[in-house]
Amino acid sequence: MTVASPNAARGVAVELIGLRRTYGTVNALDSFDLHLAPGEFVALLGPSGCGKTTALRCLAGLEDPDAGRITIGGRDVTALPTNKRDLGMVFQAYSLFPHMTARQNVEFGLEMRRQDKATRAKRAGDMLDLVGLSTQADRYAHQMSGGQQQRVALARALAISPQVLLLDEPLSALDAKVRTQLRDEIRRIQLEVGTTTLFVTHDQEEALAVADRVGVMRAGKLEQLAAPLELYARPASAFVADFIGLTNRLRGRATGDRAEILGGSVPLLPGSGSGDVEVLIRPEHIDVTPDADGNASVLSASFLGAHGRVTATTDAGEQVLVQVPSASLPDFSPGQRVRLTPRGDAALAVAL
Amino acid sequence: MPFFVYTTVFLVIPTIVVVVAAFVSEGRPTLGNVRALGNANFLTAMRQSIILSAATALIGAVVGAILAYAVSTARPDGILKRFVTSLCGVLAQFGGVALAFAFIASFGAQGMISAWLKKAGMAPSSTLWLYEWNKGVLLVYLYFQIPLMLIVFLPAVEGLRPQWREATETLGGTTWTYWRRVAMPILFPSFVGATLLLFTNAFSAYATAAALVSQAQPLVPLQIAGTFTSETVLGQANIGKAMALAMVVVVAIVMAIYTWLDKRSSKWLVR
Ligand SMILES: Nc1ncnc2c1ncn2[C@@H]1O[C@H](COP(=O)(O)OP(=O)(O)OP(=O)(O)O)[C@@H](O)[C@H]1O
Ligand SMILES: [Mg+2]
Repeated sequence: MTVASPNAARGVAVELIGLRRTYGTVNALDSFDLHLAPGEFVALLGPSGCGKTTALRCLAGLEDPDAGRITIGGRDVTALPTNKRDLGMVFQAYSLFPHMTARQNVEFGLEMRRQDKATRAKRAGDMLDLVGLSTQADRYAHQMSGGQQQRVALARALAISPQVLLLDEPLSALDAKVRTQLRDEIRRIQLEVGTTTLFVTHDQEEALAVADRVGVMRAGKLEQLAAPLELYARPASAFVADFIGLTNRLRGRATGDRAEILGGSVPLLPGSGSGDVEVLIRPEHIDVTPDADGNASVLSASFLGAHGRVTATTDAGEQVLVQVPSASLPDFSPGQRVRLTPRGDAALAVAL
Repeated sequence: MPFFVYTTVFLVIPTIVVVVAAFVSEGRPTLGNVRALGNANFLTAMRQSIILSAATALIGAVVGAILAYAVSTARPDGILKRFVTSLCGVLAQFGGVALAFAFIASFGAQGMISAWLKKAGMAPSSTLWLYEWNKGVLLVYLYFQIPLMLIVFLPAVEGLRPQWREATETLGGTTWTYWRRVAMPILFPSFVGATLLLFTNAFSAYATAAALVSQAQPLVPLQIAGTFTSETVLGQANIGKAMALAMVVVVAIVMAIYTWLDKRSSKWLVR
């Protein structure tokens, strides 16, 4: 298991075991298992309504699971109320106490822990420093930008040196630029303090960029938990392959550990089906070359900045996305005949 | 701009009329009207009006705030909530008078409940308490004060975000901590504002008191009305305007207190 934090020793392990939570007829969590190594940063990713928030709130004690156990640092906390669980939590937005300044917000948790005034002031100052807001200490929430408010919320959550840090879409209310900036900062700070962290998001780029491991959820279950690269290169299911990044679904025939598509052969990932299959192949795992005797014709070619994308229709009538270097985009125009060939990277095949 | 026009027409002009008239008698400027306020009758009415208004404002505010909280925990689109809020809207407007008559019909000398009690041999010695300013009137006032509080305070209670409670809990606080350190301080400015609104509401209420009290004039609005309908003494109407001026002064003092408290307690509010 990859644990990137040099301060991981300070973190504790967290286990969610067989959690179940139903709302009426909805299974928000359905025998949900998740283990976090000490100091690990895990992101939970999944479509809306798949149970991410419910999982996080169960860990926080803000929601009671109908069944299952939760341990933090080896201690069973399933029956423990939130205020005894020793957690830091950052909410989506508007969680700062509006009648307190940034500093008072950060000091709040320390006050709850009966720390004396001098210690509190020192710690609050340090935490505001850590999130780069020492100059804003005396501002109220409404005097700060959304990004600054979330920094204060992070400082407040970390001030109490919690065993576990929980973040529920803390960046989703911010605009794109602040979002990337703050997400990298959250990661930097997490590495610095070494707190075991669970980060809920529905933004895959965010999850892949910051997490040690990413858990993909679907309908209350954990579909796959793996390091970002692994998740992308070796998805365990069609759902994960579809959900993470762009994927083409091409019909082919699988025999043994290889499948035939686009007149070529690709190695298959473990868990692939056999016989008539659909092969899930990434746009960057296909080559496209102009060829009058090719097997497809170009539908469109578009410039996306660092790279370009060619959309082609195969003679079998399947639509295929292919990633190409921007520089080669001028080689392709709509209607042009091209040859598509798989590059030979391993792909997942699902039986039809 | 429309707000400016509105306040001019409905607030500034009437106030100027009252102020000017208070210092005029038979076309000539005078201090006589204001001096006439010194009589014991008026001072008693003023004292009783203030006590009645303060008492019903405080009781109404506390009870109304608790009810507002109870309502806010109901399902937001539920029937209970819609029913309670619209009922309160009606009660706050018309509750007083309707209730005054309902009270008279039930507990008055000829009232239904009084009649039953009489039959059962438990007739109270007197039903006069009903018409006294610090008993029946006070009770009936609460029937519009509490609903009014509920209506004006509900938005503030609903503005409490669940995240604040949850943040308090994750930071190690209890429910009590949440109320003492978070919810109450946040609600305080609205609570004070609403309480003072209730005060002025009761202070200026006339219809309810008029419906219950027929003989004496224990409250200022009743006395003012009395001066306008009095046939005995001419020039009484101007004394009435002086009384109105006294009421304006009391309300102005209340507003000043509010502004001062608001500045102190809510420098954190968005403006
Ligand atoms: N308090 C509740 N009452 C009823 N149903 C609920 C409640 N909370 C969650 N649910 C349901 O449980 C399921 C999981 O909800 P949850 O909030 O965990 O999803 P999520 O993955 O966080 O989604 P999103 O990305 O939209 O935040 C959803 O179907 C939701 O409708
Ligand atoms: Mg959610």
